[in-house]
Amino acid sequence: MQKIAKLALEDGTVFTGLSFGACGETDGEVVFNTSMTGYQEILTDPSYRGQMVTMTYPQIGNYGVNEEDVESWKPHLAGFIVREVSRIDSNFRSTGDLDSWLRERGIIGICEIDTRRLTRLIRNQGAMKAVISTEELDDAALVAKAQSSAGLVGRDLVREVLPDQPQNWNEKLSAWWDFSPNTAERGSEHAWHLVALDFGMKRNIARHLVDQGFRVTILPGTATAAEIMAHSPDGLFLSNGPGDPEPLQYAINTIRELLGQLPIFGICLGHQLLGLACGAKTFKLKFGHRGANQPVLNIGTGRIEITSQNHGFAIEETSLPDCLEISHRHLNDDTIAGVVHKTLPAMSVQYHPEASAGPHDSHYLFSRFRDMLDANSVGTS
Amino acid sequence: MPKREDIKRILLIGSGPIVIGQACEFDYSGTQACKALREEGYEVVLVNSNPATIMTDPGLADRTYIEPLTWETVAKIIERERPDALLPTLGGQTGLNVSMDLEQHGILEKYGVEMIGAKPDVINKAEDRELFSRAMNKIGLSVCRGETVTTLEHARKVIEEIGLPCVVRPSFTMGGSGGGIAYNRDEFDSLVQRGLDLSPTNQVLVEESIIGWKEYEMEVMRDMDDNVVIICSIENFDPMGVHTGDSITVAPAQTLTDKEYQRMRDASLAVIREIGVETGGSNIQFACDPKTDRMIVIEMNPRVSRSSALASKATGFPIAKIAAKLAIGYRLWELPNDITRVTKACFEPTIDYVVTKIPRFAFEKFPEADATLMTQMKSVGETMAIGRTFKESFQKALRGLEVGRFGFGCDHKDLWGTPEQPDLDAIRGKLSWPNERRVWYVRYAIKSGMSMEEIHQLTGIDRWFLDQLTEIIEVEDQIRGLAALDKIDAPMMKRIKRFGFSDRQIATLVGTAEMKVRDYRRELGVVATYKSVDTCAAEFEAYTPYYYSTYEDENETPAKNPDRKRIMILGGGPNRIGQGIEFDYCCCHASFAMAELGYESVMVNSNPETVSTDYDTSDMLFFEPLTVEDVLNICDRIQPDGVIVQFGGQTPLNLARALSDAGVPIVGTSVDTIEATEDREKFQVIMEQLDLKQPPSGIARNMAQARSVINKIGFPALVRPSFVLGGRAMEICYDDTQFKRFVTEAFIVAQGQPVLLDRFLEDAIEVDVDCIADGRDAVIAGIMQHIEEAGVHTGDSACALPTYSLAQPVLDEIKQATLALASRLNVVGLMNIQFAVKIEDGKPAVYVLEVNPRASRTVPFVAKATGKPIAGIASKVMVGTSLAEQGVHEIPIPRTVSVKESVFPFRKFIGVDIALGPEMRSTGEVMGSSPRFSIAYAKSLLAAGIVLPDSGRVFVSVADRAKERAVNIARDLNELGFEILATGGTAKRLEAEGIPVERVKKLVEGHPNLIDHLKNETVDMIFNTPKGKGARTDEGKIRAAAVQKGIPCITTIEGAETVVMAIKALRKEDVDVESLQERFEMDAVK
Repeated sequence: MQKIAKLALEDGTVFTGLSFGACGETDGEVVFNTSMTGYQEILTDPSYRGQMVTMTYPQIGNYGVNEEDVESWKPHLAGFIVREVSRIDSNFRSTGDLDSWLRERGIIGICEIDTRRLTRLIRNQGAMKAVISTEELDDAALVAKAQSSAGLVGRDLVREVLPDQPQNWNEKLSAWWDFSPNTAERGSEHAWHLVALDFGMKRNIARHLVDQGFRVTILPGTATAAEIMAHSPDGLFLSNGPGDPEPLQYAINTIRELLGQLPIFGICLGHQLLGLACGAKTFKLKFGHRGANQPVLNIGTGRIEITSQNHGFAIEETSLPDCLEISHRHLNDDTIAGVVHKTLPAMSVQYHPEASAGPHDSHYLFSRFRDMLDANSVGTS
Repeated sequence: MPKREDIKRILLIGSGPIVIGQACEFDYSGTQACKALREEGYEVVLVNSNPATIMTDPGLADRTYIEPLTWETVAKIIERERPDALLPTLGGQTGLNVSMDLEQHGILEKYGVEMIGAKPDVINKAEDRELFSRAMNKIGLSVCRGETVTTLEHARKVIEEIGLPCVVRPSFTMGGSGGGIAYNRDEFDSLVQRGLDLSPTNQVLVEESIIGWKEYEMEVMRDMDDNVVIICSIENFDPMGVHTGDSITVAPAQTLTDKEYQRMRDASLAVIREIGVETGGSNIQFACDPKTDRMIVIEMNPRVSRSSALASKATGFPIAKIAAKLAIGYRLWELPNDITRVTKACFEPTIDYVVTKIPRFAFEKFPEADATLMTQMKSVGETMAIGRTFKESFQKALRGLEVGRFGFGCDHKDLWGTPEQPDLDAIRGKLSWPNERRVWYVRYAIKSGMSMEEIHQLTGIDRWFLDQLTEIIEVEDQIRGLAALDKIDAPMMKRIKRFGFSDRQIATLVGTAEMKVRDYRRELGVVATYKSVDTCAAEFEAYTPYYYSTYEDENETPAKNPDRKRIMILGGGPNRIGQGIEFDYCCCHASFAMAELGYESVMVNSNPETVSTDYDTSDMLFFEPLTVEDVLNICDRIQPDGVIVQFGGQTPLNLARALSDAGVPIVGTSVDTIEATEDREKFQVIMEQLDLKQPPSGIARNMAQARSVINKIGFPALVRPSFVLGGRAMEICYDDTQFKRFVTEAFIVAQGQPVLLDRFLEDAIEVDVDCIADGRDAVIAGIMQHIEEAGVHTGDSACALPTYSLAQPVLDEIKQATLALASRLNVVGLMNIQFAVKIEDGKPAVYVLEVNPRASRTVPFVAKATGKPIAGIASKVMVGTSLAEQGVHEIPIPRTVSVKESVFPFRKFIGVDIALGPEMRSTGEVMGSSPRFSIAYAKSLLAAGIVLPDSGRVFVSVADRAKERAVNIARDLNELGFEILATGGTAKRLEAEGIPVERVKKLVEGHPNLIDHLKNETVDMIFNTPKGKGARTDEGKIRAAAVQKGIPCITTIEGAETVVMAIKALRKEDVDVESLQERFEMDAVK
């Protein structure tokens, strides 16, 4: 018989369900993700540090877990909330079931609760601080714990997911990226050298960069401008990462210093940091955008990209400095989904062109970054 | 880009009669398209031959033509209406084919009509297997290896390369008609031959077999700017090899990783771009090898399809409506998402529940048909259910099928634990080939302890689904272990309900009554909760009130407005033979009528194909199985002020007593009246009181009683089980041998209910009457005269409104009898009566055959023939607005004659005898209208796909009792220049009358016999009425062969007479077309 687990929210709501994955107690900000596939990618996305993720799709774990579909070396999120966990794994690539995989990795999960009700609560009241426990089952005590938990705002969660060493990245995209074996070879004539500042980077970003022909050196997001320039890169990439961008003053300073020196491309947190470095402000969205069906209008082409998103903060449009131009907008709420610098080679998007999990509509951004480097070299040579 | 201003008038072609492979889903898509286009200010000209559709309601289009769907007819309409554009992608395969014919015959060019949505070359590229394969190879997608052939010789060469088993698919047939899997050379030869015959282009694709691969479908939408989104993914529970229309299917895909899913998504986008579907929805099917990363494209439908309807209902995304708007130039991101209002239609729906669709079959009506499920679709309907898990939605869908099952076993039809429990060999036998009952044998296999691996090996069903089914059975075993109702505590009860178990199953498992379980469950506080279908998994607030039940914490249905009456309408569930779109039509009208009266309308139905399950149709929609439990749960939650049970066919009527007993306010004719008309003895008393005649009859509960009844009433006699619809197991017996056989059969079908025996009235004219009554007044909506004699099921016969050969005194007598019955039965709403008029002693005598105090199958036909909203008037009456208050005093008899003809699925069931009888077997209907009866009949035949020859050879073979009439027919044909072929007796008789006849051998007499003539195409029409007695084998073979060859085959003498009349009339005059608006002088643009 599975153990009882409880989920308490800071607003006083308590859900009683069953435990899966690891037992124990965990706190974090509870958010929901509407992707129907890709739970393993979501679990291993470092951007979820400090958050507990509710999958709105009710049956999770159906295809098990495997070694390939991971976005970092371990799951980073604070807890996992689903309606039902599959007890078997059915897929030829599966190497095990989700429950055991999470247990082995110490991730606490709760299942058999009304996840739609939870989602509606988050939608109406915003992302909330919460606690999952298999130990403390007293409702009032759990709610108190949720209320006194740290939350996300103002915290530097990036330091918890940073790599501690510089790393050269060589791995390319998996064969799954293309349905067709006869797609033309990607890549540039020049093997541009890129420094990727890692704030909790998803591996598929690095794979995309390698696929574009970049030589990729990954540095921790805390690296200074001097440390970066010591690698004599041709371009700078700013990765995704967890939490609030505003406490990351060190990164903002580094970007400000390098802006104009190196072509820059930022994704998600990297996008917010570029904005902050250029003088914009960020704000916290009520419940964020998390899912694989988020429509973005590409203002340049007038076409829509269905994107993968995972963010709780965004650039505030009223604070947008003159030097930045909006290149993409979220179709649902008109928030800024991408910017380009008007005069310097720098651009960023709030969403995830690397997909994983999610649709592949926006992968052109990686080749656009390569074009930016190509153009930059013409301009400077 | 906003909508196009350069086009003003758009022609929309519907899909015609309901047939296997094309059902209500195209009424749903066409209706949505009409509304969407008119909302944008375009004029819509609509053509459809099916009067039972909502789309052909004159209010929905500017010009509505109920005319045969042939390019020649549509060309006449184009000539009259001069539309600027033709939207070919919303009328199923029929609409697409007619559009392509118009293109090929130069009609579109001649009148400057632009095809919008998909261009002809695009349609060709998607539909032509060879072009499609080439296109797929170009973008690097694999397709099945194979080749298109036009001869058997060529086909044989192809299998030398790809081997057997292989798949054979004829080009351009609908529902994969004529396709199949060949396991050996003989099967291969016959499939190829048949495919070549059936394909309108005489092409057949021979393809490698990928049986057992996982099958998926993607619903894709594209706009003019090349924005492409996936609306829904569907995973088939039954693997490759079974037509997707016959498979249990599940949305969304369950067993694909994101990597696999995104690859399929990319492939879908590439396919729609390469094929070039400009705007609208397409359906793309994929097969995935469960053991490797191989993925193959199976096919693409460049149009809205059955799966699109399913995907629309499964996600809440209105595919057809959006497709229509994209066709006129809008881009996806310019269109709002109606459900969330704040977001746009350009996104990919995400859902937070699981949807299961289960097909419904009708093999019991075609006992000679091959019941193997394969690449040709055989199911006649489907039900869909929504639950929070597959387990819940699967069990809900099984009870929504309305085949007497209440979930995955544990009901009175479950063989497990009975003496008939199958052994392992029997189970293996049933698992190893796809069939309608396979899912039950999966249950027996799990119950028997067969390993999941073995079940998977035998069936190819994914292990994940098998494990879900195993989980259901584990909970079943827990309930069995508890053994008593009061041992189930609240947490256990909640768990049971979350696994989708019905109260009925629980009752069966613990040995109590369903209502006891319900009461106990509610005491425990375990009640259904209702959640919204909102396209976005609750990310945004939903404004469309589309709900499903589950067992969770939170309810999302709004509180009742005390100032507004809530009226609930119970729908008809899955289509089946005998109950289909006609009842959905009535339910929709009930809903529209409630809206007109300012009441809140609540629809309950489980059929994803229908207009009634469109979230736009009613104020609230509950997508739920139509069982007592599910309906009562909704009533508990929303407290309706009235429930309409008259409109959904037999389905809601079967629930009426239980609902009424539970205190649900049924409006309209009382449940007691409904039961009185079903109760033979009670009804006979009423008939005697009213001095109305009935054929002598009796009721039997066993064989001995049946024997004594037959001794009293005499032969020929009509035998049927009570409480069934569509004439199931209904037969006419002429002698003792038949009596024994048919009565035995009827008792089996009756399942404990009595069997009814009536004296069969030979050579009687059958008359159908629909009337509306409000408890005080009554009006006749329409009197229809059947073309075939009494004895052919009402649903299978052709009929005309107004009547064409009945004298006024007879009509008056029928009218008086109808009004008397309406008054005596205190009918509030609709009533249908079947009369028989028989000449007795030189005078016509009127008999009452059957009275049904409910909406009948003919209501939409009557509405279209008279131009009056019969169902709407009746609905208003039921909720208390009298006929007088509505200003309805009479329904005028129309001047134009309309003929309803039935359409049969015989081409799908090769070898089945097509002779008409008391058991209904038609799936759909068409209507033809003209000032002249004969022309109206000819049009109805044409609409039904029967092209009458103008010259050639006619084979005549009739039963003895019809010989006299056959002589006249043959004489007329001879005068018209036809040559007559006949066998023995008929030939002799005709020769004696001086009519030249070419003698043909009977099958037993050797060659050349009629089958040879059919094969050599040296016969153009067949008149063959079944002999009253004896085996039908020889004749049956002839008739079946005629169907296979597409040669008109008329099986009743009245039909033959009318056909001759029609041929004569067609010689004299041109067939005109006329819109309903002109006919009824309606204000076209409101």
